[in-house]
Amino acid sequence: MAGLSIRNVRKVYPNGAEILKGIDLEVEVGQFLILVGGSGCGKSTLLNMIAGLETVSHGEIRIGERVVNNVPPKDRNIAMVFQSYALYPTMTVRENISFGLGIRKVPKAEQDKIVNRVAETLQITHLLERKPGMLSGGQRQRVAMGRAIARDPALFLFDEPLSNLDAKLRVEMRAEIKLLHQRLGATIVYVTHDQIEAMTLGDRIAVMRDGVVQQFGSPQEIYDKPDNLYVAGFIGSPSMNFLRGKLVPDGAGLAFVLEHAGQTTLLPVPRTARLAHADRDIILGIRPEHVTDAVSARQSAEADGYHPTEVECLVEMTEPTGPDTLVFAWFNGTRATCRTHPRAQAMAGLHTKLAFDLSKAVFFDPATERRVELDR
Amino acid sequence: MDAASMNASGAREGKRLAPGRVAVYALLVLVALYYLAPLYVMLATSVKSLDQIRSGNLLDLPLAPTGAAWGKAWDGACTGVRCEGLRPYFWNSVKMVIPAVLISSLIGSLNGYVLAHWRFRGSNAVFTALMVGCFIPFQVVILPMARLLGTAELANTTGGLVLVHIIYGIAFTTLFFRNYYVSVPDELVNAARIDGAGFFTIYRRIIFPLSLPIFMVCFIWQFTQIWNDFLFGVVFGGSDAQPVTVALNNLVNTSTGVTEYNVNMAAAIIAALPTLAVYIAAGKYFVRGLTAGAVKG
Repeated sequence: MAGLSIRNVRKVYPNGAEILKGIDLEVEVGQFLILVGGSGCGKSTLLNMIAGLETVSHGEIRIGERVVNNVPPKDRNIAMVFQSYALYPTMTVRENISFGLGIRKVPKAEQDKIVNRVAETLQITHLLERKPGMLSGGQRQRVAMGRAIARDPALFLFDEPLSNLDAKLRVEMRAEIKLLHQRLGATIVYVTHDQIEAMTLGDRIAVMRDGVVQQFGSPQEIYDKPDNLYVAGFIGSPSMNFLRGKLVPDGAGLAFVLEHAGQTTLLPVPRTARLAHADRDIILGIRPEHVTDAVSARQSAEADGYHPTEVECLVEMTEPTGPDTLVFAWFNGTRATCRTHPRAQAMAGLHTKLAFDLSKAVFFDPATERRVELDR
Repeated sequence: MDAASMNASGAREGKRLAPGRVAVYALLVLVALYYLAPLYVMLATSVKSLDQIRSGNLLDLPLAPTGAAWGKAWDGACTGVRCEGLRPYFWNSVKMVIPAVLISSLIGSLNGYVLAHWRFRGSNAVFTALMVGCFIPFQVVILPMARLLGTAELANTTGGLVLVHIIYGIAFTTLFFRNYYVSVPDELVNAARIDGAGFFTIYRRIIFPLSLPIFMVCFIWQFTQIWNDFLFGVVFGGSDAQPVTVALNNLVNTSTGVTEYNVNMAAAIIAALPTLAVYIAAGKYFVRGLTAGAVKG
């Protein structure tokens, strides 16, 4: 059953500015939809349109089976958590949570029961009689979520709810939101600019840019098979490396021409690639974890049967993160980030061997910036 | 000498009055005296007897303080042909100022709420028009207003004066409230809309409870304006609804042979007391309300 469907939705302002240029999204009941993108991509506008705070210029928004284009926010059976939490400053936490219930004429006894249950779920029972001004950022965040949960809506909307918290609290609250979703089984639309939040929370991610959905899919799909350069660069940290180069025939298959430390090496492309792509200019997209030290590469090679190609390179800089050491080196005129095991002990200014695993690489057309399927 | 003791000696030096400091304080005291002198003269004169006023120096202390002049100013002095003092006119003013202040503030508050949080097509034009309203001089509206009040049969009544002051005050109160409410985040209103609250529920439950400081600012401003108004009072007040400012003028100008300076002074102070009282009662909100920027959520 559809939890939310958005069909060819556009937003055009009276001054002619087109903020959303035809959005199509659909999620099932209980799914966690992420709208992610840089600022100005239209993700918050889309959320406000789902909430009914902005009008829909064109297209159709359905919550459940009901078209809600002209339904006022209060009748959409939604609850929203705002970036600034938007707690009512003159009311206590209890009043904040029960405000919507009171307006909906829920009996007082029932209200108390709901508030107490919600407060217990979020562990804010001891804060119920306080005013928002006396709460810390994390506590306000919980109250804002409590207010949403108390309503028991068909759809939860989150507008960058974690961006006002410090880094540690953000990770904690992220986990809590995920647990809450698992427990409630609610349909959630969650707007964020943070690709880590998108990856960790989402069942489905819509990567947006300039009012267009660049790609809509599961986190793993978007990570492994990004549709275009923007999505590939946006999702994943550190970012995917983009190396401009050429595909050439190599024996029975194709190979990518890699320039490194003054030499040239052919990196064989997986066998399924069709020869028609030979001599084509191409951008090789390869994630840092697929350019790694020789020992790690051999281990992963045993696992999936592809033999990574080892090449010599000059290390420009390293960034130890603990579990991995990021190595920066130049290939094809681009500085690439490579993820190595600390035991490889790469040192800045010295040569080292790095292995390219092209089995998980993706290729992009330099002109259209779209992904090229080499086996087609 | 280490840093701490140097600081300490510096602080001691600061406590001793440097010549520059003395000059500054002296100047401030002088200016304060300059401003307070008229008040002193008024207060002193109002409790002097007419004999002392005639013979003595303006700045002398009263020899035998008496409240007689105050009593006369309150309910005995002649304002034109009637000799009932300021009392009836004082109550006229009270009857005019309280509804006018409350209603104009409330309308301003609702206007400000709409202009800040329920923007509609042309709302900026409306706001600009209201701003222009702040700059319309009283004289310009006298004739049309007189016709309007005549048509509405409100001429020469307190009700008519209330209406005039409400209309005239809306521009200012709207400006005050609108500028205060734009600092209330839109998200707060949106959250309430999603919670199911309508236009007035949001105003009553969310916006109004946040508005105490700006209401105080508005009250002080409107009270001062309306209480001190002379022109509208003299033009639209007629003889029955005359406010205290007009009566004060009549009292001072009514000549019965002797100019009773003590009574005039007492009357002037009586006419000024309510504004002073409002400032003292609500003054602490005035600065707070004008400077309150963000509403912490």
